[in-house]
Amino acid sequence: MEKNNLKAWLYLLPAILFLGLFMVYPLVDVIIYSFEEGYNSASQSDLGTGLYNFQYVLRDPYFLQALKNTFLLVIITVPLSTGIALLISLGLSSIKWLRNLFQTVYFLPYVTNTLAVGLVFMVLFKKTAYSDGLVNMLINWFGGESVDFIDGPYWAKMMVLCIYTIWVVMPFKILILTSALASVKQDYYNAAKIDGTPRLRVFTRITLPMISPMLFYLIITGFIGAFKAYSDSVALFGTDLNAAGMNTIVGYVYDMLYGDSGGYPSYASAAAIILFVIILTITCINLLVSRKHVHYS
Amino acid sequence: MRVLLQNLTKKFPNRNKKAKEDVVAVNDFTFEIPDGKLVGLLGPSGCGKSTTLNLICGLQKPTSGKIYFGEDDVTNLPPENRGVGLVFQNYALYPHLTVKQNILFPLQNLRGKAKLSKEVMLRKAYDIAKLVQIDELMDRKPSELSGGQQQRVAIARALVKMPRVLLLDEPLSNLDARLRLQTREEIKRIQGETGITTVFVTHDQEEAMSISDLIVVMKDGVVQQIGAPQDVYDSPVNLFVAKFLGTPPISVFKGTVKDGNLYVGSDLIGKTDMATDISKDVFVGIRPEGFVLKDGGALCCKLERVEVMGRDISVVSTHEASVNPTIRSIISSDNKVDFGQAEVRFDLKPNKVFVFDADTEERIACTIE
Repeated sequence: MEKNNLKAWLYLLPAILFLGLFMVYPLVDVIIYSFEEGYNSASQSDLGTGLYNFQYVLRDPYFLQALKNTFLLVIITVPLSTGIALLISLGLSSIKWLRNLFQTVYFLPYVTNTLAVGLVFMVLFKKTAYSDGLVNMLINWFGGESVDFIDGPYWAKMMVLCIYTIWVVMPFKILILTSALASVKQDYYNAAKIDGTPRLRVFTRITLPMISPMLFYLIITGFIGAFKAYSDSVALFGTDLNAAGMNTIVGYVYDMLYGDSGGYPSYASAAAIILFVIILTITCINLLVSRKHVHYS
Repeated sequence: MRVLLQNLTKKFPNRNKKAKEDVVAVNDFTFEIPDGKLVGLLGPSGCGKSTTLNLICGLQKPTSGKIYFGEDDVTNLPPENRGVGLVFQNYALYPHLTVKQNILFPLQNLRGKAKLSKEVMLRKAYDIAKLVQIDELMDRKPSELSGGQQQRVAIARALVKMPRVLLLDEPLSNLDARLRLQTREEIKRIQGETGITTVFVTHDQEEAMSISDLIVVMKDGVVQQIGAPQDVYDSPVNLFVAKFLGTPPISVFKGTVKDGNLYVGSDLIGKTDMATDISKDVFVGIRPEGFVLKDGGALCCKLERVEVMGRDISVVSTHEASVNPTIRSIISSDNKVDFGQAEVRFDLKPNKVFVFDADTEERIACTIE
């Protein structure tokens, strides 16, 4: 037995080393930093331990702004993107003609670079010396006033960010959902048809439960992804997100480390830990809710 | 409910685009299913029996022809308005619903005048569950049931709204041999108790013979023969039907008719009532139970081996005129077979010997002495 144990550990060593070095150690380190006041990575020194970093971060208006932005982004984009993706997938799976073409079209944003997509949005929304952007042209055409979507009011910027995020995450969701819908056996639909099941009931009582594992996967990863949003905001509003009032939590962490006002690993760590706790809580809630509504066959 | 199929034809476009001809799955099927009977659609795979079932239930539309339930023309009715219950080959039970919810599902679909109260629905569900003997399992999920139990749930779900016609697609093919025997009795019993006209599809002739009131033998979309199982077995209309029914299968020989005499190879096996001036090649089919062991019998075969199966003995032999490599004959175990012999001779029971035209493979009606 002893000998076998040794062997087992030996086999596990590469994985343990790798995971320990790149996952467990940094995680523990971040937790430690978050309690060390005024930690300086150059001198490896700190001014003592305590909850000061958390107090500071939670009182920092930039962080509160980032928190608000992130939550809004999550609450708006996750349900909307999943819902719209489901509708489009249902549409895609009920047409036969040109289906492959549409599938490709819907998947294009996924293989497009984030910053390139950002450029497209610039054309759509940004005011320049020559035009007010495509969307404003439309608004004007219908007799509305131009809105500055990039440097204008908060709601306009938030809307652009949400549309952008939804647009970016949609292709992957559509891909997953169309394959999930295709995996539901035709026999179930035939059985329902013979029993005269109304279409809505077929959808809620057969289709939805059958694809619920995939839907749940998309919702969980959607939540986590939206909480970790950063690059989308940068692509639209540039790197000085605090000034634009469009920062996210991850953006705040980055700014605290490397930004113009950076050099505060302790604050960054505290913010990262807060984000971690938020994501953990939301995911646990998701898991609890899913127990009742997700059916694994 | 009497079901009438009139000149039913179903064509599918050919997958192979170069071939312009459509694939005919069901060809000019005319048949009246009497009220309250259990009918078996029988044939090898790809013969159009499942398509026929789909046409009856409305999942597919016929290319031409009519379907009547009683006096109603249901040809263009969608499945939900036909009042049919269908049991799928793989049962298609909703995996996320319990047995009870599965059985209730068709009842909950009812709208308007037909809408039932919760109590009535539950009572109906339990009544039908009792009929198929699954009332103990109502709160289980389909994955927690055995194959036979799932089958019963599927039947219960199809029966609960009291369909005018019950359709079963290969109902026993997913069950093991023992359960199959039990379940087919069960289907017969349930059908008998409810009196619902039932059509089931199978490729297993034993299954079809054992429980059907009528069997329909199909080949390549064309109905070969319709009749009571025993009648079809005793007087097949062609070589295909003769070969398809019966285990062990019928033994087929190349033979000739000459001067009214019937020869298998060079063995004269009997006189026929055919005109003496007819001389032609034929196929001779002999049922395994048509062989009678007898010294100096008409048919002389080389003995291969003898298989003792308790109740009877199966004698495996060869004959130079046999179409199959071996001939299998079933004789009562009272007979003693001398294993040492190189030769075995049989007399034949005249009513177990069929003569078929060598070209058309149609049966030639004749009596053999």
